[in-house]
Amino acid sequence: MTLTDTPSSLSRFGRLMVDRPLLPLIGLLVLLIAVLAILNPGVLSMFWAGNTLKIAIPLAMLAACQTLTMLTGGIDLSVGTVATISAYLTATLAPLIGVPPAIAIALASAVVIGLVNGFGIAVCRVHPLIMTLGTALIATGFLLVYQRYVIATGVQIPDFLLWLGTGRSFGLPNSLALFIPFAVLIIWAQRRSGFGRLLYAIGANEAAARLSGVRVWQVHLTLYTLSGVIAGVTGLLYLGQIKTASLSLALPLDLPSVAAAVIGGTSIFGGRGGYGGTIVGALILTVLTTMLTLMQIPEGGRRILFGLIILSVTALFIRLTERN
Amino acid sequence: MPDAAAVLDATGVAKRFGAVVALKNASLQVAAGQVVALMGANGAGKSTFVKILTGVLKPDAGHVKIKGRDSTVASPAGARKWGLVPVYQEPSLIPDLSVADNLRLADTAIEPFRHWVAELGLPGLAPDAMIRSLPLASLRIVDLARALALEPAVLLLDELTAALPTDLVDRVLKVVRAQADGGRSVIYVSHRFNEIAAICDRATVLRDGLTVGDVKIEPGIEERIVEMMLGGAVAAAVSAERPVKPIPSETPRLRVRSLKTGTRLTDVSFDLHQGEVLGVVALEGQGQDELFDTLAGNRKPSAGTVQVDGAPKTFAHPADAIAAGLTLVPGDRAHALLMSRSVRENIAVPLLARVRNWGAIRMRDEAAKVDKAIDTLQIDTRALGEVRRLSGGNQQKVTIARWIAKGVQTLLLFDPTRGIDIRTKRQIYALVRDLADQGAAVLFYTSELAEIRLACDRAVVIFNGRVVDVIDARDADEATLMRAAYGLTEKAPA
Repeated sequence: MTLTDTPSSLSRFGRLMVDRPLLPLIGLLVLLIAVLAILNPGVLSMFWAGNTLKIAIPLAMLAACQTLTMLTGGIDLSVGTVATISAYLTATLAPLIGVPPAIAIALASAVVIGLVNGFGIAVCRVHPLIMTLGTALIATGFLLVYQRYVIATGVQIPDFLLWLGTGRSFGLPNSLALFIPFAVLIIWAQRRSGFGRLLYAIGANEAAARLSGVRVWQVHLTLYTLSGVIAGVTGLLYLGQIKTASLSLALPLDLPSVAAAVIGGTSIFGGRGGYGGTIVGALILTVLTTMLTLMQIPEGGRRILFGLIILSVTALFIRLTERN
Repeated sequence: MPDAAAVLDATGVAKRFGAVVALKNASLQVAAGQVVALMGANGAGKSTFVKILTGVLKPDAGHVKIKGRDSTVASPAGARKWGLVPVYQEPSLIPDLSVADNLRLADTAIEPFRHWVAELGLPGLAPDAMIRSLPLASLRIVDLARALALEPAVLLLDELTAALPTDLVDRVLKVVRAQADGGRSVIYVSHRFNEIAAICDRATVLRDGLTVGDVKIEPGIEERIVEMMLGGAVAAAVSAERPVKPIPSETPRLRVRSLKTGTRLTDVSFDLHQGEVLGVVALEGQGQDELFDTLAGNRKPSAGTVQVDGAPKTFAHPADAIAAGLTLVPGDRAHALLMSRSVRENIAVPLLARVRNWGAIRMRDEAAKVDKAIDTLQIDTRALGEVRRLSGGNQQKVTIARWIAKGVQTLLLFDPTRGIDIRTKRQIYALVRDLADQGAAVLFYTSELAEIRLACDRAVVIFNGRVVDVIDARDADEATLMRAAYGLTEKAPA
């Protein structure tokens, strides 16, 4: 790897990252898989590949929220909470009122949180970091109140979510049936829809977008609501995959979702990046996790290492791509 | 009268920024007991010279001596210690602190400050008032009183009276004159001849980075100073004759009446007709940027009316102005461009701005519009990937192309040729004429007076917050425009 040779090769690599972000990312992914294969001969298999995809998909979907918001220079740190709430409501309400109403309520709550985020950021001009952390805290509080006062008769995970979350067809995870159309839609929208272009425009220069007639608040409101919906749907998928509803189900995905977008080449300052890189970023993080698990490090050490690796890889990639 | 007794003596000062020579050979001498005006047209190098005098910038050559000691190596704090205290056009006070806290920060004694505030006509000013809560006029008085409290040997006043009401101006001028009569020195940077005539002893005139004159103030000196500021430009302004259209009698495309906006414009009125290119002439800092921002919906006026095709309009957002056909090319390209995005994306933004255009982009339709605009403006298409990689001239073309692709009705061009090459400038003049011939209306502010003849049909001249003259392009030689811009030919607006 030429990463650490000289400053000039570093900056050349950085230029490559900006111009053709997918190539070096896929290179890094292949390299990681090779290392994994050397450390654990025989681990690579069709089953392993399917499993890695299955684990990476919810992460990649939450990272879509980060990618879209980061394109405008924002961030959404409430996605883990929204996914958790959506999953918990579905699992606990399904036995009481049936599956379709339960999912409707779960997704409605995701929309509400997204709208509140959007309103605070678009209209009150609260910084996205503060706003989304704040709504996440409040929403978690509501979830605790719900858990305390709504006597759950039990937990039911809808069958189709189990099928989607854990099932396989032809050796590939069924969740691809959700994810592939989703990814195609996001990648199409970011280049070929007016809304997607405006995300880049606002991130590149909000004042210029305004002067061009863009009412920035409309974009922000729509964007954070959309982000809430994506997180809510991800929660349903994650419920089917983990097969249990807990009060902190998807919270551990918050930081990795940001890291996946950053590693994937989306600028935290807005205006640059895209979802294609984010998907590879999510795969890289998933392979890393597998590697740490297989190295049989105890849970505490694994978390420390994972956090350190996310921080250093992210810092390195920001250094490479943000220099200009 | 440069002599050994000069309290401040700047000689041979030169400064360049990259390829741009801001100052070639500027000099200024101020003796004790004198008020010396520092004058120069837009781009003469005045502000660079002021920054060197006050220690903000270091000159490439030459020296600045205060009381015989070299101060060119100093910082602003150093210059102050040497005895030169500046009062800038923008008050240098921290908004979230009180008046007294600001004084403490700058190590200024409060008693003399109070004395000067009262002397300057604001005896009621509370020291614990927050700077943020004070009107701009009071801030300038606070800034000046703070400077006076330091008992400077040399006081440098940069456009001090801009944004001051008349009664305060009179008191301020008296105090400044009294400083000189008490034996101190004052450098008075100003565009206003009546104030200069009232308090200055001499005037030093800059043109193109050179000190071209040092004259005693006496009745009738205005004409000579204007000549010095123009230099040989008068002869050079003669251009090809172009038929100037008569002003049509129908309802104007844009009618502005008694517009008051920002801190400087108090009463601006003019008409802009379809098919017309109307020049705007103003010295630096007369509020022309605020006028354009207001017409583009980027700033709310505090009074006055704007009519488009006879219908009164108020703009709460640039989108409202765009809907009424008013589109702005701002002076600073960095405010208009998405530097990290492609030429195509930059040009297409206005096409996507409204919610109903948020869905699928009709790529072929967009490409056709963008290509046509690129073609019309002859944008160099070698570096389409990122606008930041384009030359300044090509970047400026992109900001104009955006509105060509959208369809031009009323184009507000703010100094569109600043800092770009002569070939691109010519293309822009031709384009502006073409647009007008096709029925657009163009409002064209330029800091280069010679451009009025080249691109416009008429020009309105703004001075002291009002339109002071409307000049036909045929008569708009630089000398006429310059005299008007300095308020020397003021007549009732048409």
